[in-house]
Amino acid sequence: MTTPRVAAPRRTPPANPLFEYVLRVADDRLVLGHRLSEWCGHGPILEEDIALSNIALDFIGQASAMLALAGQIEGQGRTEDTLAYFRDEHEFRNALLVEQPNGDFAVTIVRQFLFDAWSVLVLDALQGVKHPQLAALAAKSLKEDRYHLRHSSEWMLRLGDGTAESHARAQRALDDLWRFTGELFETDAMDAAVAADGIAVDRESIRARWQEIVADVVKRATLTLPGDTQMATGGRRGRHSEHLGHMLAEMQIVARSHPGASW
Amino acid sequence: MNAVRPGRDDVLRILGTVMDPEVPVLSVVELGIIRGVDVGDDGVKITITPTYSGCPAMHTMEEDMRGALAGHGITAVAFETVYAPAWTSDWIPPEAREKLRQFGIAPPGPAEQGGLITLTRRAKPVACPYCGSEHTERRSEFGSTACKAIHFCNACHQPFDEFKPF
Repeated sequence: MTTPRVAAPRRTPPANPLFEYVLRVADDRLVLGHRLSEWCGHGPILEEDIALSNIALDFIGQASAMLALAGQIEGQGRTEDTLAYFRDEHEFRNALLVEQPNGDFAVTIVRQFLFDAWSVLVLDALQGVKHPQLAALAAKSLKEDRYHLRHSSEWMLRLGDGTAESHARAQRALDDLWRFTGELFETDAMDAAVAADGIAVDRESIRARWQEIVADVVKRATLTLPGDTQMATGGRRGRHSEHLGHMLAEMQIVARSHPGASW
Repeated sequence: MNAVRPGRDDVLRILGTVMDPEVPVLSVVELGIIRGVDVGDDGVKITITPTYSGCPAMHTMEEDMRGALAGHGITAVAFETVYAPAWTSDWIPPEAREKLRQFGIAPPGPAEQGGLITLTRRAKPVACPYCGSEHTERRSEFGSTACKAIHFCNACHQPFDEFKPF
């Protein structure tokens, strides 16, 4: 297992910060949606196979609309498909958490819970920003993500407070994934740059509320919150773990092998 | 340019015959995805909003609407997708809910308001669309399509779908 390298802070803001900002929101959903779609046909029970595939579909749909918006903001003629299928690994802006492999069902659920609790809070903030299109997509996605959070938190309780085996696996997943949670609350030059566009998300207040939700569910699930640890970082600047490239290879191969194909 | 300039009501009447492919008793109008119909000199503009972000039936419904209108000589049709206000199952009218029930899908209750975070399940049981019993249990919040959940009736021992309140 390698720890992603820490990238040097960006000295100058990017040419189009709003484009990059929307990419970050969209890429989290595209990558996590694809990861969840890998469960299709492999779920531990039929209902969960269907649930994870449904959630994947929500995320991919959200990503599609958000990438279309990003393309419009960029104004270079790139569509949601161009952005999804014809960017390389270093051009993706998702958090490292969502690209981590599915592992066992406990890993998938813990990853999902940590993300869902954060996502609901971020989307709630984004639905109030002064960019009408981004606010509309956030409000739409929030309705779906509230459902997702209920699903993943219920499974946290079932796995944590289930059998000795499910408890051990859930705890191991929580301990392993914890180091990817710090990145979710990072702020950088991009946040300052888009504040001028009326987009201000207070990540410190989101962090406080996220910690409350996570601590509450972890406690009720009879699990133990991991202690302070060195947090991994880099995804927002295109420095990814070794897992993303493999995922993209599979996600992009059809579009790249048959560019322009439609069906 | 359309051969004959249709009226707005004509367009809505035709759209009322286009069914949701996944819930074939509901028309696209009853489903609430039609947010506006504007008839102008250049043709018809139909404003739609998706039910769920990833609903794969949206594309099919757009094609079906285009086909139905073309069948009436209305070929200059443009679609625009809007996201606000976000679609809600509350837009499905009462008579359409009854059609759902008769089709074997429990109609949606009022969309949840609640707080931002609802970690526990909804407590109220959903009435079985076959026998009306409320002695039912939710098997999964996710069903055969994005808009449905799976329940089981302990009275008549039938599994059934619920159109999610959303």
